Amino acid sequence: MSDSDNSNSVGAVTPQRVRFGAPIQLKGGAVLPDFELVFETYGELNAARSNAVLVCHALAGSHHVAGWYADQPGHLGWWDNLVGPGKPLDTNRFFVVGVNNLGGCYGSTGPVTPNPASGKPWGADFPVITVEDWVAAQARLADHLGIDVWAAVLGGSLGGMQALEWTLQFPHRIRHAMVIASTPKLTAQNIAFNEVARQAILTDPDFHAGHYYEHRAVPRRGLRLARMVGHITYLSDNQMDQKFGRQLHGGKHQFSYEVDFEVESYLRYQGDKFSRSFDANTYLLITKALDYFDPALDFGGDLKAALARAQANFFVASFDTDWRFPPQRSRELVHALLANRRNVTYAEIACTAGHDSFLLDDAHYHALMRAYFENIKL
Amino acid sequence: MTHAPERFDFDVIAGWIRPGERVLDLGCGDGSLLRHLRDTRQVLGYGVELSPANVLACVKMGINVLQSDLERGLSGFESGGFDHVIMSLSLQAVHNTERLLREMLRVGREAAVSFPNFGYHSHRAAIAAGRMPVSKALPYRWYDSPNVRFFTIADFEDLCAAMKISILECHAFDESAMRVRDNPNLNASIALYRLGRTAPAA
Repeated sequence: MSDSDNSNSVGAVTPQRVRFGAPIQLKGGAVLPDFELVFETYGELNAARSNAVLVCHALAGSHHVAGWYADQPGHLGWWDNLVGPGKPLDTNRFFVVGVNNLGGCYGSTGPVTPNPASGKPWGADFPVITVEDWVAAQARLADHLGIDVWAAVLGGSLGGMQALEWTLQFPHRIRHAMVIASTPKLTAQNIAFNEVARQAILTDPDFHAGHYYEHRAVPRRGLRLARMVGHITYLSDNQMDQKFGRQLHGGKHQFSYEVDFEVESYLRYQGDKFSRSFDANTYLLITKALDYFDPALDFGGDLKAALARAQANFFVASFDTDWRFPPQRSRELVHALLANRRNVTYAEIACTAGHDSFLLDDAHYHALMRAYFENIKL
Repeated sequence: MTHAPERFDFDVIAGWIRPGERVLDLGCGDGSLLRHLRDTRQVLGYGVELSPANVLACVKMGINVLQSDLERGLSGFESGGFDHVIMSLSLQAVHNTERLLREMLRVGREAAVSFPNFGYHSHRAAIAAGRMPVSKALPYRWYDSPNVRFFTIADFEDLCAAMKISILECHAFDESAMRVRDNPNLNASIALYRLGRTAPAA
């Protein structure tokens, strides 16, 4: 953090790790005999244990939500602009928890960690995980931290699905669900994008059917392509045009297949960066979790019936330029909640940045979040 | 479009609402009316607003608010989902008057609608003098007005009759918020109606 004013940062943080010895039954049928989760906390749990807030991460996120690491001062948490003393999610008031989900690649049990049966990394043998499984694992973490009821669970995109799932799986353990830039289910187009990403990884010769670790290989080309296509869908057409337009990287047309346009350079950079830091099996697993999430499925597609269990109050927000999870998906959720007589507030925020808007510190967006948090009683 | 604090019509509307009702307030402004109804009638209330500033004001007040453009109608709302659907001084600011009135009585058992009366004597006098009226009830000038429909109490009652909407109650007020009983179409600047569905003729 180069900024000289760190007064509203949680500061240097240290991840923690907890091992759960009891087996966890996964929705897909498999059982993990035990598992570990890596997490971070910010602020203090109050005596009544009524001020705990869980922040759920999306595809590329982790437990590192806010602050930085002493040995990596530049490595800011992915939602640092929201979480900190005096920030919209104020750590002077709330005890905030970030967790790397089961199947992740930032320390929690997942494809890169050893399979106790073989001593080798799980790789492709790691069971397919669902949003429901993530929430079940997060509930174990809540137990461990002595949190019976979350004041709020929030997340953007896939994180919002977890907040929603909390209200269904543990209706009495969550008082407020904040579901941002999310959806109660993916559309065919969403699944199609995920499938392109998966095919990029699965067909990379370095993938080795998911056991690339023992071949000392990394399916970097596949991950890179997966990230490139994903990244396009997180931005808006207008924003890309404003940011890059038809600007040329080298000042003139190259008449070759090297980088001509700035947007190509940007996508390659993003793809390269991601492919060095993320695990391909985790990417596959998380895109599947996204695809499978559909709480209405067991209710014949009736979302209203599916949400009848929910007891929480809801804050739902979408962004007008988000075409990955457009406002219409959030409206469907809102109307199903209304039909169940839940308290719900819905904001449709004007922001140019597409799906990724939820990570930005747009003044109106953050003012809404701040106001909502301030009204949460402790 | 914004509710001034403790506006005079709040108590009339509150009087129409039984404790614990489900209420939808279209064009709810900063949420003052819903707060009044929450505090005095313990309603489960929701506001609909388009303006980001008003949405934020509602969130600050702890009022459920749904950001939506009323011109898009109420298509996502369940039929019969609300006891009362309120539209306080906003009907004149939407284009799709007929559809919205129909939607209000689809979604709500009853509707409460208030609007500025274009037929008020000072408005008539302004027109007679060759000028568009500017008054307490119509505070905007012709070029900066959010209002897009200009109608009188008599016009509104004709529309209700044509749409088979039943008028259950009407309260008319002058500019000093006094109740008007004599010739409201001339003497009232604001009209407030309680509307119901009319059962189809047998």
